[in-house]
Amino acid sequence: MASLETLAKREEKKRKFESGHSLCSGCGLPIAVRTILNSTDGPVVASNATGCLEVATSRFPTSAWNIPWIHNAFENAAATISGAESAYRSMKKKGKIDKDVNFLAFAGDGGTYDIGFQSLSGALERGHDFTYVTLDNGAYMNTGIQRSSATPKGASTTTAPAGEEKYGKQEKRKNLTEIVAAHEIPYVGQASISHLQDLADKAEKAIHRDGPAFLNVLSTCQLGWRIPPKDSVKVAQKGVDTCFWPLYEVDEGEHNITYEPKEKLPIKEWLEPQKRFAALFKTGNEEVIEEIQEDVDEDWEKLQAKAS
Amino acid sequence: MAEFELKKYDEIPIGGVITGGATPELNKTGDWRSERPIWDEDTCIQCLQCWVNCPDASFEISEEEIQGIDYEHCKGCGICAEICPVDAITMKPEGEGSEDE
Amino acid sequence: MSNGNKEVLTGHQVVANAMRQVEPDVVAAYPITPQSEIVEYFSQYVADGKVDSEVITVESEHSAMSACVGSAAAGARTMTATASQGLALMMEIVYIAASMRTPIVMAVANRALSGPINIHCDHSDSMAARDSGVIQLYGEDAQEAYEFTLMAQRLAESEDVLLPVMVTLDGFTLTHTAQVAELLPDRAVSDFVGEYDARYPLLDVENPTTQGPFDMPDYYFEHKLQQVDAMDNVPDRFLQVQEEFNDLSGGSYDGLFETYKMDDADYAVIILGSTAGTAKVVVDELREEGKKVGLLKPWLFRPFPAEEIKDVLLDKEAVAVLDRSLSFGSSGPLYLEVSSALSGEDTKPRLYNYTYGLGGRDIKEDQIAEVFEDLENPDLEDKMRYIGARQ
Ligand SMILES: Cc1ncc(C[n+]2csc(CCOP(=O)(O)OP(=O)(O)O)c2C)c(N)n1
Ligand code: SF4
Ligand code: SF4
Ligand code: SF4
Ligand SMILES: [Mg+2]
Repeated sequence: MASLETLAKREEKKRKFESGHSLCSGCGLPIAVRTILNSTDGPVVASNATGCLEVATSRFPTSAWNIPWIHNAFENAAATISGAESAYRSMKKKGKIDKDVNFLAFAGDGGTYDIGFQSLSGALERGHDFTYVTLDNGAYMNTGIQRSSATPKGASTTTAPAGEEKYGKQEKRKNLTEIVAAHEIPYVGQASISHLQDLADKAEKAIHRDGPAFLNVLSTCQLGWRIPPKDSVKVAQKGVDTCFWPLYEVDEGEHNITYEPKEKLPIKEWLEPQKRFAALFKTGNEEVIEEIQEDVDEDWEKLQAKAS
Repeated sequence: MAEFELKKYDEIPIGGVITGGATPELNKTGDWRSERPIWDEDTCIQCLQCWVNCPDASFEISEEEIQGIDYEHCKGCGICAEICPVDAITMKPEGEGSEDE
Repeated sequence: MSNGNKEVLTGHQVVANAMRQVEPDVVAAYPITPQSEIVEYFSQYVADGKVDSEVITVESEHSAMSACVGSAAAGARTMTATASQGLALMMEIVYIAASMRTPIVMAVANRALSGPINIHCDHSDSMAARDSGVIQLYGEDAQEAYEFTLMAQRLAESEDVLLPVMVTLDGFTLTHTAQVAELLPDRAVSDFVGEYDARYPLLDVENPTTQGPFDMPDYYFEHKLQQVDAMDNVPDRFLQVQEEFNDLSGGSYDGLFETYKMDDADYAVIILGSTAGTAKVVVDELREEGKKVGLLKPWLFRPFPAEEIKDVLLDKEAVAVLDRSLSFGSSGPLYLEVSSALSGEDTKPRLYNYTYGLGGRDIKEDQIAEVFEDLENPDLEDKMRYIGARQ
């Protein structure tokens, strides 16, 4: 697996993802993208669903991409890349192309968990050789922080806001990583922008594995999570250390936990720094935090059982 | 700020294609900054944490070592200063006691 | 037609054969009546090694067109086929395919749009795509559907066009009925269509492109103007492709629409697709009775050949436009085009609009004869008439 030095060496050789994008200061998305692109040496072609990453990196005539990159629409990053990958296979077979190329798709949680889920599921089942990366910041950030099925329970969003009666989103988030794993594809990884070596290792495996692979990456949104930009990486780290977002992989069907927190922190430590959870800390909502803690504990136990 | 020429419809590639790869020169985001990271070479242990965590790819490197900061693009988020294990980066208010590049 | 084979084939089979002969790198499609058999036949050709293409058996039409865009942008020759709800579902991406200048060729087996759900023919599906930026060709019979599919490939890929082309054929009437059709030799077709050389192939990893960017108000308008330009180039290119095609097939295409006994006609009907065939029979019969009647059948609906059609219609007494789809709250789509083509002219024919054949409702020869009869009445009221509907 490539060390940070190796990643740096690759970026020195070629900056696949450049500065000069308009993502918010401290946004987690470009941190993930750079690391993923640096995790491989060879050429990659990427599709990108509509969302913050796409909008802020491709404002005509500017671009942050030094790799072939295509945006089609919001819900079809997987279908689009499956078209490009099929084109590649077909043309390679006919001798019209000789290079080895890897294929990536980037999408947000909205573009994956919700509107793009069918497109992803279909592409996984068809077995295209590509890596699909979900950059999960827990809401539709680009359109103004509306809830998605990835929004954690208790978070206040603009369509599931905290108010006099409600504390924010009432429902537990969808466990997409496990849903994707149920497609029995060769490689599935759950990673976070707080652990970039781990992300790079998973990306390298995913990209170089034949057939479909999937990465679900926790990515901070300072606006939606309501945190200071400088804390972007640290807060994601809390997500991992509380086991809200365990780092693990499902490699050829086998669950491996790739990072065990030295000490599993109480969920409060993840919730408290983020003002989107502020309502949970009002008197009367103690129970909700307990429920969230129970959900996290239960999921963590299930995961540990799968990994043992 | 993004700065580019506004061309006529027949002077640009068709289909919305942008040719020639990335265009960092067209979108200098350094003016977003209210605080500026100051890197202290002598304290730095070259662990590359700031480099890998920077959302704006603003650490200049050579031979896998930090050389400086690209102030034309750094947005001053402060992640690098937070993450540095040896406090080799400090955030200073923009325009106050920071040398210009 | 001289050098091909005469065969009895369905519309499905001729289109599938055209696709086989074109040999696209990629086909992405999803089943829907009355299109399904096109892709079924094609898949069989692939399974039998008769064509070397990747078929992406996507999970929806939305993904079909999405994959087509990915494939065509990658630099591959790409085709699809759909109908009705399938076209409606892929519509978001049809617009994008046009804007990204991907020369995808798609067959549309015309079928009514829901609701109520109905599997039979009308033109509501393809008409809903008329403003999407794709080129639209309407075929009268299996032969035209075949030939347009081949010509579409050249038209789509023309350097100054680079747009998707939709070739429509009426569902069931053309897709499911066996007709005599003449296919060209495989070799002749592959020579005719040649190799596709994409201008900005995504797979050119040495020269990375950013495709499908985000436009602010400062550039969107210019990108749309490029599409306007490309559309404007279509008629000339189509005529040129027809000429080359005629050389190959011995055929006699020489226009953006077909005129049938129009030269000295006083009364004319304008019809798209298979019903034009029925109208020709009526024209023949009425001509025998000494009536000066004719038919105009647009091949090209997008871009609409307004000037050329105006020139043919100006000296007529009265013209009926028969639409096979509705534009609720307005006149029929074809009527609107013809009416706008004639606007501003002082001396022009009386123009009437009829709607027919919705959801597969039959239209008979005598009903078209009645339309001609109507036209002879100088006091005929100008209002929409619904042929064969129980009112
Ligand atoms: C079909 C369609 N519906 C809705 C939208 C509006 N839209 C664009 S981006 C977006 C949300 C993106 O959320 P996510 O995928 O989580 O990405 P993020 O911006 O949070 O990174 C929405 C709702 C759209 N572009 N297309
Ligand atoms: S809104 Fe959030 S996800 Fe979007 S660019 Fe800003 S910080 Fe990043
Ligand atoms: S302040 Fe933020 S943008 Fe600037 S160099 Fe540090 S991490 Fe990069
Ligand atoms: S994080 Fe600190 S010590 Fe590490 S390379 Fe950056 S400045 Fe040097
Ligand atoms: Mg999101």
